[in-house]
Amino acid sequence: MEQTMNNALGFPILSMLICWPLVGAAFLLFISRTNEKAIKMVSLLISVATFLLSILLFSHFDKSTHLMQFVERYEWIPYLNMHYHLGLDGISVLFVLLATLVTVLSVLISWESVKMKTKEFFICLLVLESAMIGVFCSLDFMLFYLFWEAMLIPMYLLIGVWGGPNRVYAAVKFFLYTLVGSVLMLVGIIVLYFYAGRSFNILELMTKAYPYKMQLMLFWAFFAAFAVKVPMFPVHTWLPDAHTEAPTAGSVILAAVLIKMGAYGFLRFSLPLLPDASREMAPVMLALSVIAIIYGGIICLAQTDLKRLIAYSSVSHMGFVTLGIFALNTQGVEGGILQMLNHGIVTGALFLSVGIIYERTHTRVIADYGGVASVMPIYASLFIVFTFASIGLPATNGFVGEFLILLGGFKASQWAGVLSASGIIIGAGYMLWLYQRVFFMETSQKVAGLQDITTRELMTLLPMVILIFWIGIYPNTYLSFMHPSVQHLLERVNGGSAPAVAVNAITQILR
Amino acid sequence: MPLIMPDLKPVMPEIVMTVIAIGMLLAELVIKRKETIGFLTIIGAGIAAFTLAGSMGTTFGGMYVSDGYSTFFKLIFLVNLILTILMSSRYLETLKINFGEYYSLILFATLGMMLMASAADIIVLYLGLELMALSTYILAGFIRYDIKSNEAAMKYLLLGAFASAILLYGTSMIYGLTGTTNLRDIAVYIAKAELASNPVLMLSMIFFAVAFSFKIAAVPFHMWAPDAYEGAPTPITAFMSVGPKAAGFAVLGRVFLTAFGSVRMDWAAIFIPIAILTMAVGNIVALSQTNIKRMLAYSSIAHAGYMLLGVIAGTPDGLASMLNYMFIYAFMNIGAFAIIIMLRTETFKGEDIADYQGLSKTHPMAAALMLIFMFSLTGIPPMAGFMGKFYLFMSAINAGYTWLVIVAVLFSAISAYFYLRIVMLMYMKEPKETVQLNSSPGVALALVVTVGAVLFIGILPSKFLLFARLAASAF
Repeated sequence: MEQTMNNALGFPILSMLICWPLVGAAFLLFISRTNEKAIKMVSLLISVATFLLSILLFSHFDKSTHLMQFVERYEWIPYLNMHYHLGLDGISVLFVLLATLVTVLSVLISWESVKMKTKEFFICLLVLESAMIGVFCSLDFMLFYLFWEAMLIPMYLLIGVWGGPNRVYAAVKFFLYTLVGSVLMLVGIIVLYFYAGRSFNILELMTKAYPYKMQLMLFWAFFAAFAVKVPMFPVHTWLPDAHTEAPTAGSVILAAVLIKMGAYGFLRFSLPLLPDASREMAPVMLALSVIAIIYGGIICLAQTDLKRLIAYSSVSHMGFVTLGIFALNTQGVEGGILQMLNHGIVTGALFLSVGIIYERTHTRVIADYGGVASVMPIYASLFIVFTFASIGLPATNGFVGEFLILLGGFKASQWAGVLSASGIIIGAGYMLWLYQRVFFMETSQKVAGLQDITTRELMTLLPMVILIFWIGIYPNTYLSFMHPSVQHLLERVNGGSAPAVAVNAITQILR
Repeated sequence: MPLIMPDLKPVMPEIVMTVIAIGMLLAELVIKRKETIGFLTIIGAGIAAFTLAGSMGTTFGGMYVSDGYSTFFKLIFLVNLILTILMSSRYLETLKINFGEYYSLILFATLGMMLMASAADIIVLYLGLELMALSTYILAGFIRYDIKSNEAAMKYLLLGAFASAILLYGTSMIYGLTGTTNLRDIAVYIAKAELASNPVLMLSMIFFAVAFSFKIAAVPFHMWAPDAYEGAPTPITAFMSVGPKAAGFAVLGRVFLTAFGSVRMDWAAIFIPIAILTMAVGNIVALSQTNIKRMLAYSSIAHAGYMLLGVIAGTPDGLASMLNYMFIYAFMNIGAFAIIIMLRTETFKGEDIADYQGLSKTHPMAAALMLIFMFSLTGIPPMAGFMGKFYLFMSAINAGYTWLVIVAVLFSAISAYFYLRIVMLMYMKEPKETVQLNSSPGVALALVVTVGAVLFIGILPSKFLLFARLAASAF
């Protein structure tokens, strides 16, 4: 297969990344339930080890090619031509890193806050990690689907068992929404399989041409799965419930990684497999994105619950991501991918921060807070960084991503560009207002006498701060990963006529 | 006329089963420990399974055929038999219905199923069906002092007899039309006489479809299932939910693909509405159940609907996917029933869904296993249930029934709600009262086997798919 490269590392790193957390989870089974300290230490060790291993991907990735790297391919079900086929390109590699990093932070943030069924909690977390990595690495459509669905089980349990008061409702809603979308995609996958001559190999499927009518049907079948995950405007209602009720670690993983999978699905499957339908449907998708940006933003203004506000802000931010992707130009797509990372980092950090203060006050109602800045100064200064990154202030990562997306958006449709730019203003509105209500004003009863954040908590937030400024000041470290792959993707979508210069010009300006 | 000894090799497994069944009936007089009888029964079933391998062939003048298809089903029946017996002994003791006839009745019922799977002639089919049905009626009513068990047996008997009558009616019509009861000869005659749109043929096909739909509990002929499942002793419920259903599918596949293979479009038109109704009623009514055995009864109705897709596809792949699903379904369903059996003690019924509340706190192991079975029944990877459904959907799409598959996946998504409810109660609620587990080595072993199979087939299904495909290649 000419679309793949040999594994530069010489050992099956992707399989190891997938297996390691699973082995850790199996190991946890044998630790006594009462020995909570050992359970936590083992989970931390496993997740840190996985993260360190994944750094090798970062350092050994060949940025000069769009080919799949670190490829592994074994027969899985020969009769149906299914393979255990893994590989990474510039679009997916960074998400694997994000997933491994976020898992480490999730283990750290759950150190004290998970008080019951600790063993099951960490098993779920580790199983979830391996499924997440699997989703981003799979190059076989069925293998992808397997990981995609398998992820539901631990996530359902995380929300439903360790979540807030309304957790059962949120968990079931999350599960059913995602399942309905996914099964429709399954039908689409099978139809594609037969049309393409019995193949699930994504790289092979990408090279074929499909009739427009079929593309259109498949586009909406895939849309059902991916749009629910993103979540895009009409099917976003599971997200506020799930995010709000999930335990901190669950919210962080949901926000940082899980909802990225929807956008990733569009990039990996919808665009390259169904280029004509994607082009034709782009205006619809742009419109839905703009609605999500503005509607999500306005709803944020009315929220009284901290976590719910951040959850709705995700709807708005993910609207930017889908806007960028369906702008179908280099700036838009690269901005979209970068913004996916940014959103993972920033919203992940915001949920971590909310988790930290929730552990102390046990309330999520914004009105219960006030004057936190005078009690917890370090915490307040970190939170302002995340707030600014979320708004997209220059020098933070949010600016780079949103700027690229808006550039792409303007090129695709001026209306979309103008309207979504107003979404940034709304975003500044609700985030700053939130900050004001929680951190300034008079110190409220519930907040008085709180202890500032501990070293462990600081450790969970610090990586995010570093990443925010790193991407904000020198985005090229990350953008350089994706140039060839995005180029290749756009050639497939636009039929080989995408200008390659623009993005370089922008990175020049940003520098 | 000299008497020619027929070739006995193809019926060897059945002969072994008959000998053991009669032997167990007699052994019950001398052996006082019922566990020993159970143990001997398992060994006997093992021997029968062993003889399966060398039994290929046709005998009794073409009335009886042993091929890959029948062998695959017989394997399912024997697995079903062994797992049921493993789960039975402690349960029977708990309910004080520990009688030796139980084992020979189960053996006879399984023998009947094996006859059905191998029947190449409608008369043999009927013989097997009655042997299976009569034995199961008795088993369903085995808790003599329990009015619900009596009701289960009665209802099953009355409706079963009705189905048998309809089957005979269909048979007589086909005999009148073609002059034979041999499935192959019927097919030949239909092709030769160009009976494709003959109304009598249509009517007899409808009768066959109705009769078999009773056996596989397809809507609208499912009325007996919830009551029979609820009232019967739980191991028998597990047994009934797999064995007779599999046997029903075995004859359904063979009769319609062999005898009526040339008029596939006609009978597909009969089964498509049945399949849709079955999935709809099974999944939707299951949502409102409060008794877990009833819920699983409706779930098993729904699963029959999925499996019908394989038959409707009418291709070797379709049949193979139906076989494969049946095999997987046997493990995941029996596994779920094994947990229900464990909850039953002398004083505690453990059949309300509410009894599962907080099980993960009191018995984390049992709850984890139930979770795996529930997700498998929903069809979530990496459990085997997903692979089964996936292959079914695939072969139906390949046969051109994409729209039917869309209907099926949507109902399958609905089913997630009631399976998840069990998981939700076990994991997300606090226990009301302490539930005692009535565990025994037999049940434990059955659980190990079923959960092992569910996970293994779910992750590495390759060998099983090939086996099923090979078994279905005769069509």
